[in-house]
Amino acid sequence: MKKHYLFLVVFFAFTFVHAQEYFPKNDGVKEKNTNFTAFTNATIYITPSQKIENGTLLIRDGKVVAAGKSVRIPGNAVTTNLDGKYIYPSFIDAYTGFGVEKPKRAEGRGRSPQYDPSREGFYWNDHIKSEQQAISKFKYDKKKAGDFRKAGFGVLNTHVMDGIARGTGVLVALNDEDDAATRILDDASAQFFSFDKSVTSRQSYPSSLMGSLALLRQLHWDLDWYEKGNSTTRDRSLEALLANKGLPAIIEAGDKGNNLRADKISDQFNRNYIIVGGGDEYELIDEIKATNANYIIPINFPDAYDVSDPFATKYISLEDMRNWNQAPGNPKALTDKGVNFALTTFELKSPSAFKGKLMKAFEYGYDKTKALEALTTVPAAILGKSDEIGTLEKGKYANFLITSGPVFEKETTLYENWVQGRKHVINNMTQKDIRGKYNLNGGGKTYELTLSGEASKPKAEVKLGEKKFPAKLEYKDNWLTLSFKDDEKGESYRTNAVIPSEGSSFSGKMVLPSGVETRFSASRTGEADPSEKNEKKDENEAPEIVAVTYPNVSYGFKSKPRPQNMLFKNATVWTGEDAGVLNNTDVLVKNGKIVQVGKNLSASGALVVDATGKHLTAGVIDEHSHIAALSINESGQNSSAEVSIEDVVDPEDIGIYRNLAGGVTSIQVLHGSANPIGGRSAILKLKWGESADKLIYDNSPKFIKFALGENVKQSNWESYSRFPQTRMGVEQLYVNYFNRAKEYEAKKKSGQPYRYDEEMEVLVEILNGERFISCHSYVQSEINMLMKVAEKFNFRVNTFTHILEGYKVADKMAAHGVGGSTFSDWWAYKYEVNDAIPYNAAIMASQGVTVAINSDDSEMSRRLNQEAAKGVKYGGMSEEEAWKMVTINPAKLLHIDDRTGSIKEGKDADLVLWSDHPLSVYAKAEKTIIDGTVYFDIEQDKAKRQAIKTERTKLINMMLSEKNGGAKTRPPKGKDKIRFECETIN
Amino acid sequence: MKTVKQILVALVVSVGLQTFAQQTPAPAQSEAITITGAAAHIGNGSVIENSVIVFEDGVITAIGGSGTATKGRVINATGKHVYPGFIAPGKSLGLVEVNAVRASNDQDEIGNFIPNIRSLIAYNAESRVVESMRPNGVLLSQISPKGGRISGTSSIVQFDAWNWEDAAVKVDDGIHMNWPGSFSRGRWWLGEPRGWKPNKNYSSNLSEIRDYLRNSKAYGMSSKESMNEGFEAMQGLFDGSKKLYIYTQGEKEMTDAVTLVKEEGVKDVVIVGGYEAYKIIPFLKQHNIPVLVRQTHSLPLRADDDYDLPFRLPKMLVDGGLLVGLQNASMSNFQTRNLPFYAGQLVGQGMDKETALQLITGNTAKILGIDDAYGTLETGKSATLFVSEGDALDMRTNQLSHAFIDGREISLETHQTELWQRYMEKYSRK
Repeated sequence: MKKHYLFLVVFFAFTFVHAQEYFPKNDGVKEKNTNFTAFTNATIYITPSQKIENGTLLIRDGKVVAAGKSVRIPGNAVTTNLDGKYIYPSFIDAYTGFGVEKPKRAEGRGRSPQYDPSREGFYWNDHIKSEQQAISKFKYDKKKAGDFRKAGFGVLNTHVMDGIARGTGVLVALNDEDDAATRILDDASAQFFSFDKSVTSRQSYPSSLMGSLALLRQLHWDLDWYEKGNSTTRDRSLEALLANKGLPAIIEAGDKGNNLRADKISDQFNRNYIIVGGGDEYELIDEIKATNANYIIPINFPDAYDVSDPFATKYISLEDMRNWNQAPGNPKALTDKGVNFALTTFELKSPSAFKGKLMKAFEYGYDKTKALEALTTVPAAILGKSDEIGTLEKGKYANFLITSGPVFEKETTLYENWVQGRKHVINNMTQKDIRGKYNLNGGGKTYELTLSGEASKPKAEVKLGEKKFPAKLEYKDNWLTLSFKDDEKGESYRTNAVIPSEGSSFSGKMVLPSGVETRFSASRTGEADPSEKNEKKDENEAPEIVAVTYPNVSYGFKSKPRPQNMLFKNATVWTGEDAGVLNNTDVLVKNGKIVQVGKNLSASGALVVDATGKHLTAGVIDEHSHIAALSINESGQNSSAEVSIEDVVDPEDIGIYRNLAGGVTSIQVLHGSANPIGGRSAILKLKWGESADKLIYDNSPKFIKFALGENVKQSNWESYSRFPQTRMGVEQLYVNYFNRAKEYEAKKKSGQPYRYDEEMEVLVEILNGERFISCHSYVQSEINMLMKVAEKFNFRVNTFTHILEGYKVADKMAAHGVGGSTFSDWWAYKYEVNDAIPYNAAIMASQGVTVAINSDDSEMSRRLNQEAAKGVKYGGMSEEEAWKMVTINPAKLLHIDDRTGSIKEGKDADLVLWSDHPLSVYAKAEKTIIDGTVYFDIEQDKAKRQAIKTERTKLINMMLSEKNGGAKTRPPKGKDKIRFECETIN
Repeated sequence: MKTVKQILVALVVSVGLQTFAQQTPAPAQSEAITITGAAAHIGNGSVIENSVIVFEDGVITAIGGSGTATKGRVINATGKHVYPGFIAPGKSLGLVEVNAVRASNDQDEIGNFIPNIRSLIAYNAESRVVESMRPNGVLLSQISPKGGRISGTSSIVQFDAWNWEDAAVKVDDGIHMNWPGSFSRGRWWLGEPRGWKPNKNYSSNLSEIRDYLRNSKAYGMSSKESMNEGFEAMQGLFDGSKKLYIYTQGEKEMTDAVTLVKEEGVKDVVIVGGYEAYKIIPFLKQHNIPVLVRQTHSLPLRADDDYDLPFRLPKMLVDGGLLVGLQNASMSNFQTRNLPFYAGQLVGQGMDKETALQLITGNTAKILGIDDAYGTLETGKSATLFVSEGDALDMRTNQLSHAFIDGREISLETHQTELWQRYMEKYSRK
């Protein structure tokens, strides 16, 4: 029964594979080779988990005919006895740019940015290149194919690595012998996406990560709309996307945070994106697991830094040092969590680095069977090609490796890499293993020769007595070429010998330093020194891995802090309510809330904090911050309502910790001021150690940034082509957008088909009072203008931020009902702040405007208490009113005053314990508490500092010993994090 | 709390009644003035409670306890505080009015080694930014050109003058040099990867500096057959008439800077910045190098650094026995009015208030070489001082009622106070 079946398969394969039979042949006669190839006595991994000892692999016409213990070998088979060698399915890399030339960077044109697309008949954005087909640019690169084969790969998935939508890729077997008709397994194997713009166009949108995300979302909306036949014009990019809908979709995310961002889009539009990660997944492993996505993971573990120069070492952050230490544990961490992933050579300088990195992962405990799966069955499955590649089951391509031993052992030699039944020799399999100790007799002397190392590439050591001779050895095709040098005399000896297939001795020619040719002979005396091997084993011991912290940067927590019930005794309590400042008062915190404010309170089980002589206030709130974000401005268009800072929250920004140390508990991360209609805000609680999404307020009030004046007119940099260039134009831009939004909503409500437009959706929210504007503003004319525009469209501007001439129109602001969030004393940095005065806050407050003091700056934000105090100096505010400018007033402006901003029973326990009067320059925040959890503690901070020093020293020593052990190192490098403010274009 | 508010209301009212022209320099002191009853913060670390300060013809003639004889006009400052005028080193006040308006910017000339470029002649004595310093007690500044390797020559000015000649307190007092970094930032805007990496040109940068110093010195020994303005401007460094201000932060850079310029014969060296000076205190002490530390209100340079390192760095250096002043050279000029609060920040770090005050008065005067006349309240020194309602190092209580420069009672009005009054007047009409 079995045999019959086998026969059928063979027959089928035979007739099918020779598809090019119909080509005429003029350089000879047409002949067929219908022989089988068989490998016997091999340890065969048919699949990563199905291992057969003393098995046979039978192939013909590029496919597996049979693999197993008892395979009948037909008469017309060329049989190789593998004599215990190993056979594995060859590896598959699902994410490469193999054979596709890198697109060329577009030339600049003129001094203004390009806002419009360069193409016609395609999507409105040049960075969407879904119509691109890698097959049309693919050129098989034999040299690179060889490099990949040496690393064990047999099939590569490749594509044009350029653009946000990148079109389709090609699946290609690394078969040098046959041509494209055979080796191309799929012309359109998958479709590809990323967050990075194409280099081929200078179209400025999207200029930020959040813009890329918004563009990808809008692309999906547009696709749906186009599919339903609503477009009157043709769009080749969308048509290509529709045509490729059934293909696997691979998105290059590139790091742990972006993995989650990619997955969100995938989920929102019911896609099943395969995510190319960044190798740092272990830092957010629970969140990564929760995505339930398939991953492709690079293993470009960083080399150790060269830390021999202490001056230079200070530039290397603990975060980067840890990354060196921890990253090789990533594959194990993913495996332990049960995340399904394939491995890739992506991000490695060359495939030749792959084995070394993989070995490192094994040292960190990565399971070898899992690794084999990640290189064979997993990539085959995620590409939908399990029936063709990935295992050595019958009918599949004969893509396999022949190795000297288990494929993932350090000393194992890869002999041959067969692709589609075509042999590619990596190392000569018949070459004899000559490792050992020999007595070498020649030139009248007896040298001691030791050959050790890898069997295919042994190293030589030559000694005469105690004297060592530097030696060079080449061993190829059973020919040995050995030269050694007497350094003292400057004399060289050269030898050649062919290694006989039998026996343990060899002999050959020796050229003496005098030029005289003579003979030598070498006879084996024993094994090469085994002690060396033992040393290597020690190296393989699991390395020490420093603990991951939350977040995994300096000052992170060893474990996430938990809420605590606390009783503050005998504090000076700044309630921020009508109760005012209460002396010798207790505050009780339970389950994250303020439950009681009064005298002589007690509570069992609560941690009692003696606050005698100290001041307890609500946490400071910064209405205008740009910390904790990966991008701030989407400047590619004059409106970017579709982007959201919530998409790009960075929970690892050290600015968060520093803000906590300054008593800040909540912030609004605003979009920048590059365009009149900016992006949506993220309102955060600074829960250091939590993931991005957990920093964002639950049921967060919705906000958007608007901006007026010099920045949106682009007055202070080279840009002359974008509307508006004047304050007059700014007004008309708003009028136009709001009119369009009204029409959009009307159409939507009418039930007619409409193109879902994220930007318009956001503007409609504003019109309906569901989203609030915080508007960057300076001079009185423009402030007045926006209030009039809003009134015309029946909504209210919520906040003017900066608002440096607010004092000139404070009465009008009060009448409109808009708040002012301003700097304490900034001015003179540009023309429109000539009349900015530090009395602004006091004057606005005197006219009934709700006033906050904000930072727009990661330095000032950590001492907003001092900035509030300037309200006392400039304009004579009372201390209590001044204090409200950084607590309850910004809470009101952000619509979170029902939850935070004052000390009141029932509110969130967002509190700061100060060493002194909170408005004094002498005060220090000693404890900063959010929802009843201590996120900053001045005593804990001391311990953290010490821990950082200790850990740095430990890692430096580890890197030093790595360097001294001969490992590759890289020069020190320091982070240069962007310090965002309004005008940062990113 | 209450008193501050009451005082402020009184101030607003009294200021509103006065109509003298804003920014008009005050006339020379015509009669003796005595300030009584205040805590006199001398600026040398000491304080005299309930003091009497007498000054005539612009010079302090007597200072002491309550028994000291008064003379002339008496200002009762009981319960208040008197300080020497604060001194801001390394600024470009009066050289740039509005940062973003190129036409108003005169702080950075083309060229890499241009010591002959002099700040004084471009100093705008009528700058609105300069005038806004005075209500906070900042009355003197060293004005220096910016940019390049050697930016130029600074001068020291006082803030109540008709023109730069009137303003000058010390002409051409120092040369300002930006030391190269042994690490440099990837110029990401040119497509290089972002981040700090070793500066391959560091040693050639250093040898350029050495060459320039050697050539300057050789020029000074020559017959000067051809005038070289740059080399000429450098001569004061070798004879001690000018100081060399070296802007640098790193341990290695400071060590290189001091070693190199001392080897080449520069007499007086001041480090400006000194973020890592705490690591080489003995070295700096050994070479007698004062440090003008970056403002305390700044961020740590690296993620792993203590969040409060900038807050307490000056204290570490003072505790180590160095001569220390505060500067905010890298900040916009308008920020310089916050100089007292940079000092105040140190008190929260455990520094004594009077010591903190020295860092913006007596010490700075010593470092700049104007301590013969400025920086402390001592007999024989200039009556450049002010009266504050409360502690002038704290925002809440820094409230000036009187200020004097060389005994002349200066206006505390500014463009900004005028706008304040103008709009409070507008709203009071309703």
